[in-house]
Amino acid sequence: MKKILLSALLLGFIYSPVNADTVRMGTEGAYPPYNFINDNGEIDGFERDLGDELCDRAGLDCEWVQNDWDSIIPNLVSGNYDTIIAGMSITDERDEVIDFTQDYLPPDPSAYITTGDGNKAAYIGIVAAQTSTIQASHVAESGAILVEFATPDETISALRNGEVEAVMADKAFLAPIVNESNGDFKFIGKDVFIGGGVGMGIRESDSDLKDTFNAAIDSMKEDGSLNDLIKKWFGEDASVY
Amino acid sequence: MFEFCSDPNILSTFDWFSCYLTNGKHIQFYKSFGLIILLLVLTAPLALILGLTAAVAIKSNFFLLRFISKTYANIVRGIPDIIFFLFIPITIDQLIEFTRHKVKCPEMIDSVWQGNDFIVCSAAKLPLSSSPQWIHDMYGFSLAILSFTIVYGAFAANTFHGAMNSVPCSQIDTGKAFGMNKKQIYFSIIFPQMWRYALPGLSNLWMLLIKSTPLLFLLGIQDIVYWARELGGSKTSIFQYPHPDWRVWYFLSLLVFYLLLTKISEIALNRVSKKFYLPI
Amino acid sequence: MICENTIQLYSLRSIGIGEKLLPKSDITLCDQFVLIGSGIIWNIYFCIIALSLGFIFAISTAIIRNNKYPFISKAIEIYVFVFRGSPLFIQFFCAYELFVLLPKVGIDINLIFTTVTFQTGWLTKAWLGALLVLFLNTTAYSSEIFYGALKSIPKQDIDAANAFGLSNWRKYRKIIVPTMLRNSWASYTNEAIFLFHATTLVFFSSFPAWSQSGDALYYASYFADKTFNPFIPYPIIAAYFISITLLIILIFKIINVYFNKHLPRERKSSIRFLSNYIR
Repeated sequence: MKKILLSALLLGFIYSPVNADTVRMGTEGAYPPYNFINDNGEIDGFERDLGDELCDRAGLDCEWVQNDWDSIIPNLVSGNYDTIIAGMSITDERDEVIDFTQDYLPPDPSAYITTGDGNKAAYIGIVAAQTSTIQASHVAESGAILVEFATPDETISALRNGEVEAVMADKAFLAPIVNESNGDFKFIGKDVFIGGGVGMGIRESDSDLKDTFNAAIDSMKEDGSLNDLIKKWFGEDASVY
Repeated sequence: MFEFCSDPNILSTFDWFSCYLTNGKHIQFYKSFGLIILLLVLTAPLALILGLTAAVAIKSNFFLLRFISKTYANIVRGIPDIIFFLFIPITIDQLIEFTRHKVKCPEMIDSVWQGNDFIVCSAAKLPLSSSPQWIHDMYGFSLAILSFTIVYGAFAANTFHGAMNSVPCSQIDTGKAFGMNKKQIYFSIIFPQMWRYALPGLSNLWMLLIKSTPLLFLLGIQDIVYWARELGGSKTSIFQYPHPDWRVWYFLSLLVFYLLLTKISEIALNRVSKKFYLPI
Repeated sequence: MICENTIQLYSLRSIGIGEKLLPKSDITLCDQFVLIGSGIIWNIYFCIIALSLGFIFAISTAIIRNNKYPFISKAIEIYVFVFRGSPLFIQFFCAYELFVLLPKVGIDINLIFTTVTFQTGWLTKAWLGALLVLFLNTTAYSSEIFYGALKSIPKQDIDAANAFGLSNWRKYRKIIVPTMLRNSWASYTNEAIFLFHATTLVFFSSFPAWSQSGDALYYASYFADKTFNPFIPYPIIAAYFISITLLIILIFKIINVYFNKHLPRERKSSIRFLSNYIR
C-alpha cells in the first residue's frame, strides 16, 4: 500500500507530458479590459485573446496562470511562470530587472478621475493608485498625497466613498467606469503618457522566448490582426499601429 | 447553471441572484472553502507529529539536539507567524531547486543566483514547466502546508513539553524502579498520561490554526479572501453580472463561516475534554 | 557615526517626516535597517494604545459579565464570542469595508475649551480604524482571560471581605482585581505578545498606506520586492521583533514580581565564603 502511494506521488512529480513546449503566461486578472476573470471563472480580456493568438502563431502550448500584481515580477523571476502579459508598461526601472518584448499596445494615456462634483484640481490633492504601478510612482513624484491599494477595484471604491479625491490609472481602464457611472465620475486634468507602451515581460535569461514572441507580434502587426483586436476591446477610436 | 441564465439582463431579482450565486466564479469561491478545511485537516496531524518529535528532542541528552529544538520551539514566540509564512515558501522552494540543480545538472557550474534571477536548469525546476496547472497548484499548497506545519509544530512542541513535565514524577520513578529503560518509560508511562495535560493547549492550538488560515491569501493561493475581494469589487458591464461594491457582504459571510467553524470546534473539543474528565 | 545620512532621511519616514521618495535602486543595508526600524514605530504605537485601553475595558467587561446583569452581560458574551471566534485578518477587512460605507460627516465634540470635529472619514485610516479593531480584539481576548480568573478567585476571600464590611469599591480595588490579575498574568503576557505580533497584519489587509508610510512589515516586503532577495529584510524585521518581544516579557515579569510581593518567596541563600573557617 505504501509503495503504491509513494510511486503515485513520484509519478505526479516527474511526469511530464510529451509536448515540452508549454509556456506559462502570468496575468493579473483584475484589470478590465486588459485582463479580468469572467463570470465563468476563466481569464478573459484583450490579453487573453492576444496571448492565445501569439501562442498559436509561435506553435507553443500556453497555460494561463493568475497572480496578484504585487508579486507578479518576483514570481516571474523565480520561475512560477514564463511570461507576464498583464498590461505592464515598459519602463526603464522594470527593464533593469526583466526583459520586455516589443510593445503590443501603443502607450496608453494615464488619466485622473474624480467624483461628479469634485474639484477640478483634485489631481494634486489626495490621489489613489494601485501599488507598484507607473501611476503610483508618478503620483508620488508629483507631490500629491499617494494612497496605495492592492487592486484597481479598491481605488475606485475609495473614490466613490470619498476617502480619496482622485484616482490615477490607465485611461482604458477608467473609461468604461466613467461611462457607466451616470455622471458620478468625470475625467480631470491632462492625460499623462508614462512608460513606453505595453509589452510582455520575460526573464532576462530567456532570450529565445523573447525572440519567438517578438516574431509572433511582428506577424500580427503586419497583417492587421493586432489592430482588429485592439479595436474590439478598446473601442473604435483607440490608437492602433 | 440553470437554463434561464443565458441572458441575465432580463431576469427578475430572485432569478438574477440564483444565477449570479451559481456562476462559474462563485463555484470556485465555494470550492476554496474546501481548501481551508483541507489545510486544517492536513496541517493539524503533521504539526502534532513535528511538535512531539521536538518535545522529545528537548529532553534529549545531546546538547546540540537540545539547543536546536529549544530554539525552534521558542522562536515562534518572538517572531510574528506572518513573517514565517512570507519567508519559508521561497526559502524551501529555492533550497529544493538548488539541490535538484546540483544533482541533475552537475555540468552547469555557474552560480544559481545570476543578478536578480534564480536560474536552475530546466530539469531541476520543481514543478516542471510542462506540468499541468493542477500540479503547480498542489505544489504551492504543499509549501503552504509545510509553512503552517513548521510554525504550529513549534507551538505544539511547547505544549507537549509542558505536558510531559506535568506527568507526576512518582510515575516516572516507579518506572525506573521497575527497571524500564528510557524508551519504555516514554512509550508506556509518559505518552499515555501526557495527553490529559496536553489537551487544553492542543485545543488552543487548533483554535489558533483556524484563525490563521486566512493568511493563505498572502501566499498567493486563490483562497476565500482572494475570491471574496475579487467577487465583491464593483463590476462594469463587460461582465455578465454587473453590480456595485458588495465587498461588505462577502467579508461578512467569511466572518460567519469562521464563527461557525469555531463554534463547531468548541463543541467538539468540549466533548473530548469531558471524556477525559477534565474541567472545561 | 554609521548610517548617519540614512538615519537623517528615513528614521521617521513611517510617520511622514523625512525624505518623501523611498529608495528605489542601490538599496544598502543601512536603508533597510533604518526604514524597517522606522516602521516599528507604527507597531509600537498600535501595541501600546490598544493594550492600555484594552486592559481597562477588559477588566470592566469581565466584572460586568461576572455579575450577570440582565442584557449587558449577554451582549458582552456575544461580543467576546464574535471577536474571539473570527480571525483578526478577516476582522480588519470587514471593519474597513464597513467604515468605508459610513457617511462622511464631522461630529462636533465639545471639550469645554475647544470643540473638536471628529471626522468619520478618519475611521478608514489605519491610525484610527485599525487601532479600533485591534482594541476591540484585545479587549475580547483579555476579557475572556480575566473572566476565567475572576471565576477562580476563592470564595473565602470574598466572604472575608464582606465580613469586614468593605464597600464594593474597596472590595474590588483591594481584593478581587489584584487576585484576578495575579492569577491571569501569564496568559495576559501571552496575549500582549500576540497583539504585538498581530499589528503587522494592518497594512496587509485592506487599510491603504498613505504616502507610502507603513509599518515594519510593509517596508520589509517593499524591500523584498525591490531587491528580489528576501534573505535580508525578513531576518532584519525578525530581529527587531525578537528584541521588542523580549522587552515586553521583561516588563511583564517585573509587574508580576510586584503582584506577588505579598507572598512568601524562596529565600535565596546568600553565598557564604569559606563558611567552614569563618563564622
